[in-house]
Formats: sequence, C-alpha cells, structure tokens
Amino acid sequence: MEGAMVRDIALVCLAVGVIGISYGAIAVTSGFPLWFPVLLGTMVLAASSEFLFIGIVAAGGSPVAAVLAGLLVNSRHLPFGLAVPDVFGRGWRRLVGIHFMNDETVAFAVNQEDHDRRRAAYWACGLGILLCWPVGAALGGLIGTAVSDPDVFGLDTVFPAALLALILPAFNDPKTRRAALTGAAVALVTTPFLPAGLPVLLGLLGLLTIVRDKET
Amino acid sequence: MDITPALLISMVVLAVGTFALRMSGPLLRSRISFPPKVDKMMEVSAVVLLASLVLTTALTEGGVSAGIARPAGVVVAGVMAWRKLPFIVVVLSAAAVTSLLRLFGVP
Repeated sequence: MEGAMVRDIALVCLAVGVIGISYGAIAVTSGFPLWFPVLLGTMVLAASSEFLFIGIVAAGGSPVAAVLAGLLVNSRHLPFGLAVPDVFGRGWRRLVGIHFMNDETVAFAVNQEDHDRRRAAYWACGLGILLCWPVGAALGGLIGTAVSDPDVFGLDTVFPAALLALILPAFNDPKTRRAALTGAAVALVTTPFLPAGLPVLLGLLGLLTIVRDKET
Repeated sequence: MDITPALLISMVVLAVGTFALRMSGPLLRSRISFPPKVDKMMEVSAVVLLASLVLTTALTEGGVSAGIARPAGVVVAGVMAWRKLPFIVVVLSAAAVTSLLRLFGVP
C-alpha cells in the first residue's frame, strides 16, 4: 500500500477520532458513565446510529425505540455487504472484516481499481476507525463539557466531502452515474418526511434506472 | 443516569443486529450465485447509497436544511475531486471553506 493511500486513510480516521471526541462528550454530559459510549462505539462501530441511540435515551425515549432507530440507520450495511463481498477475508478474520463495514471503509474499497488494493484499503481504514472512534469517545468523555463544537472547524463537511471524492471516479461509468444521481435525488426529497436511515435506503430506487438496460 | 439491564440489553441488541445486517450481504453472495446483471446492480448499489448519503448529509441536518456553509464546502470538494486534486487537499479545502464561511457568519 503506497504512502498516498495511507495518508488519505489516516486523515479520515483522524476526523473520525475528532467526531468521536464530540460523541463521547455528548454521552457523558447527558449522564452516561464513561464506559458506555466507549463500549457502544466498539461493539456497534457505526457512528450515526450511536449518536441517535445516545440521543434518544438521553431525551427519555425508550431503549427499544433507540434500538429500532439505530437499526434503521444501519440498514444500509446489508446492501453494502452485497456490493463488496470480496474484502472481508477468510476464517475468523472474516468476522472482524465484517465488523469493519461502514460508510468510510466501503467508500475506500470502491475507490480502488483492483482486488488486492480494495481489500488493503478496506482493512486499513477499518483498523484505523476501530482505534480512533473508541479512543476519541473516551477522550471526549474525559474532557466532557470543555469540548468545543467541531462544526466550527467544518468537520461536518469532512464526511460528505471525503465520500464524494472517493466515489467520484465511479461516475465515469454512465450507468453508475445515472443510478447514483437519481438515487441521491430520491433520498434528498424524502429526507424531510422519513426517519433517519430510510431515505438513504430509498436511494436504491436509483438502480431502477439501469434495470432495463441490456447486458454490458 | 442509571445503566439499567434494559439499556445494557438494548446496546447488545443494537450491536448484534448491526452485525447481522453487515453479515447478510457476504453470506448471501457466498451461498447464491446471481446473474451478471444482478451482480452489476449490487456493485453499483454501494455508489448509489454513498451518493445518497453525500447529498443528504451535505444539505440536511435532522431532516431540515443544514445551511449554506456545509454544502458550499462539499461543492468545492466535488469540483476539486473532479479536477483530480489530491484527496487530502480536497478534504481539507472543503473543511476550510465551511469554517471560513461560518467565521463570517454564514449559517
């Protein structure tokens, strides 16, 4: 794996760590003990569902509602697994590789040309996030209220920007571009009306634009 | 906050449920062989989902508009990535655009 890829992955993992700091701080200032966001983060390893889980419970919602909302947000992992089935490895490693599946690892995988690079990028990003996310959460929990708003530094822009940069080469394929743009439009217009997670899943309707095409 | 047994069980259920969602895809792919056209659609689905995520997270926050600073940063990222600038430059410029706009009071 060359230096540029390592650097790119390190940048994304660092940003994940900083978001982890704000996640840990929010959890602890909402009344959770320090270990809770760290353990939740390690076991679930899918940031947006954890923010939602913590937020719902902290607001007095039922744990069942928090689980259902979290699972709905994480539902996109099923089609992710269908899309990149060849990056997980074999034996016990496969279970670890499957646990690493998230938006960033999948985006780094689809950005690579050949199979070996796909797997290397996926695993490097997965390991980096497994390290940075819980460590960030622990740091945030310890610092607590002293954490400033990461949005000030434009960190909320980092994730859509990074994902966009990683998927853009795939747009060279006209069918992929058409499906992706249609799907993204569907997700956007349904976002105000549906619970988190569902609009992105509905984005898969964009695939209908290529379903009738002849074999390539 | 008391960590009740119900809350602990919820954490485990979310973790196990998420793992089951993650595992379903590779399990299905290793058990069943799909026609090439379906294979292609499943491959494309990753880009479709990520594009949907990009657009919704760029423009919205909690179901309402995310303001101007964030989408402006993402647009800059899109143009720079399209011009094939290095990833690190693209991402840092996007964050810089957003934080500068916020510094000047743009929402």
